[in-house]
Amino acid sequence: MSDTPGTLTHATVMTGRSLLISRRNIDAVITAMMLPIMLMLIFVYFFGGAIDTGTAYDSYVMYVVPGVLFLCAGFGSATTAVAVSEDMKGGIIDRFRSLDIGAMPILAGHVAASTVRNLVSTTLVFAVALLIGFRPAATPAGWLAVAAVLLAYIVALSWVSAAMGLLARTPEAAGGFSFFMSFLPYPSSAFVPVDSMPGWLQGFADHQPVTPAIESLRGLLLDQPVGNAPWTALAWAAGILLVSMALTGVLFRTRTR
Amino acid sequence: MTTGMDDVMIEAHGLTKSYGKPGVRVLDGVGLRVARAGIHALLGPNGAGKTTTVRILATLTTADSGTARVAGHDVVTARRQVRRTISLTGQFAAVDETLTGEENLRMMARLSGLARSRARHRAGELLDRFGLTDAARRQVRTYSGGMRRRLDLAAGLVGSPEPGVLFLDEPTTGLDPRSRRELWQVVRDLAGRGAAVLLTTQYLEEADQLADRISVLAKGRIVAEGTPQDLKSRVAGHRLDLVLSSREAYLRLATRAVHHSPETLTVGIPTDGTAVHTRALLDEIDPHRTDVERFSVHSATLDDVFLALTAEKTEAPARV
Repeated sequence: MSDTPGTLTHATVMTGRSLLISRRNIDAVITAMMLPIMLMLIFVYFFGGAIDTGTAYDSYVMYVVPGVLFLCAGFGSATTAVAVSEDMKGGIIDRFRSLDIGAMPILAGHVAASTVRNLVSTTLVFAVALLIGFRPAATPAGWLAVAAVLLAYIVALSWVSAAMGLLARTPEAAGGFSFFMSFLPYPSSAFVPVDSMPGWLQGFADHQPVTPAIESLRGLLLDQPVGNAPWTALAWAAGILLVSMALTGVLFRTRTR
Repeated sequence: MTTGMDDVMIEAHGLTKSYGKPGVRVLDGVGLRVARAGIHALLGPNGAGKTTTVRILATLTTADSGTARVAGHDVVTARRQVRRTISLTGQFAAVDETLTGEENLRMMARLSGLARSRARHRAGELLDRFGLTDAARRQVRTYSGGMRRRLDLAAGLVGSPEPGVLFLDEPTTGLDPRSRRELWQVVRDLAGRGAAVLLTTQYLEEADQLADRISVLAKGRIVAEGTPQDLKSRVAGHRLDLVLSSREAYLRLATRAVHHSPETLTVGIPTDGTAVHTRALLDEIDPHRTDVERFSVHSATLDDVFLALTAEKTEAPARV
């Protein structure tokens, strides 16, 4: 009576479900969106005056906005952990499995919904950034590259977050993960130049996956030379995505044995 | 297809399952058969292995040994075919709290492969059948326990062909008596349409009300199997509790009792609960009318069933 639905149908329906749930929990979604905006305002108006970012930038707002965009992506992606963990806790995961829905469509639904949420929040952050004096000078190709880098990181970090949701035994523990995710941009060039950090931290900051992303976003948005940074950033994102997809496959099997 | 065999929808032989390294054996050779339009209850206390049995049959976990077929398909080698036939309602409500009842059902229907319009139609049909039409557009978090359970059952059914195979894992746990009765009626209707139902329960009354066959599960083994009538005749269905006047009388009667309370000198003796049997029992136990001070009759509890059924294998404890 019913044809066998494919993985794509499953993933589409699961995405619709996650988006609907987000819409019903709109207060939580708005909170997640407000935080990066608050942080941006704090950095620009409270700390900005005291931070010396060199002569390349007219004002601190020009320096910090790319970092805030990234912070927003990290923060928004981390909510996926809670959503996945909620699913694993309840009986719904057994229901899905008894309908022969695999791990990948279930997680892909969460990641896709997270991506949509993040696109909305990124747009919002961007709008506020324009209001407080951010003036991008990106070329059309630059805009495309900015979108590609942000999108790649949103998807990759959402999938990492999904893995954390499978790892955590409770949604509360999964929620703690968002703290860690939002911390990663700090030891990078997101808010202050790396060369202002202690030597031992510079090594980490220069080589962690957030830095090439920030460097690309900043360079592309301000139309400065970026070198290989966008490619490095995309390679990091692809690597993170592949590793976390493999990890979620294993974790899902162990959790549902 | 062979006729005759078609009627056996769930069939399991010698299922075993252990968890953990030291090998805690949860199932130790469980077998059962459920026919089309039959309701089979798996009765047992927490930890007896009820949920594990259901999870194996519903392909959510695998047995260490033994075989099981659902609708003629092996649960391991033909997992996909089995999943297409079954619907599962577990102990924890498997619906989204923030979605409406209708959205939940439509989503499950879509996931089962129904096209959008068919899914809407089927959701409406089930909401109507389970008395949820008025609540269809409300978020599930506003539902009562009984409504939630009915929706959960509908969500399990929405995508599977009817009549199919239904697994209900403690479907009425936590429900008030009225909601429980309503759910029983829903389950009866489903079996009436030809579904094979395997339900687990801790309540003798539930198994008695619903099932045409009962398997009693204790510590991973089936300790008894039969119709509710068979089992009740073995445990007599009721218990006559006697408060005795002396320790001597207590010791004399303790060996045939299924319930012991030495502190209060109380013993419980199986009875069918009729006046005739109760009167005869009292006369036989206490011909001089001096040993029994007070008496009361209770419906047999699951504990009594277990004590009675396990007492057939081991000597009844009669220590004071």
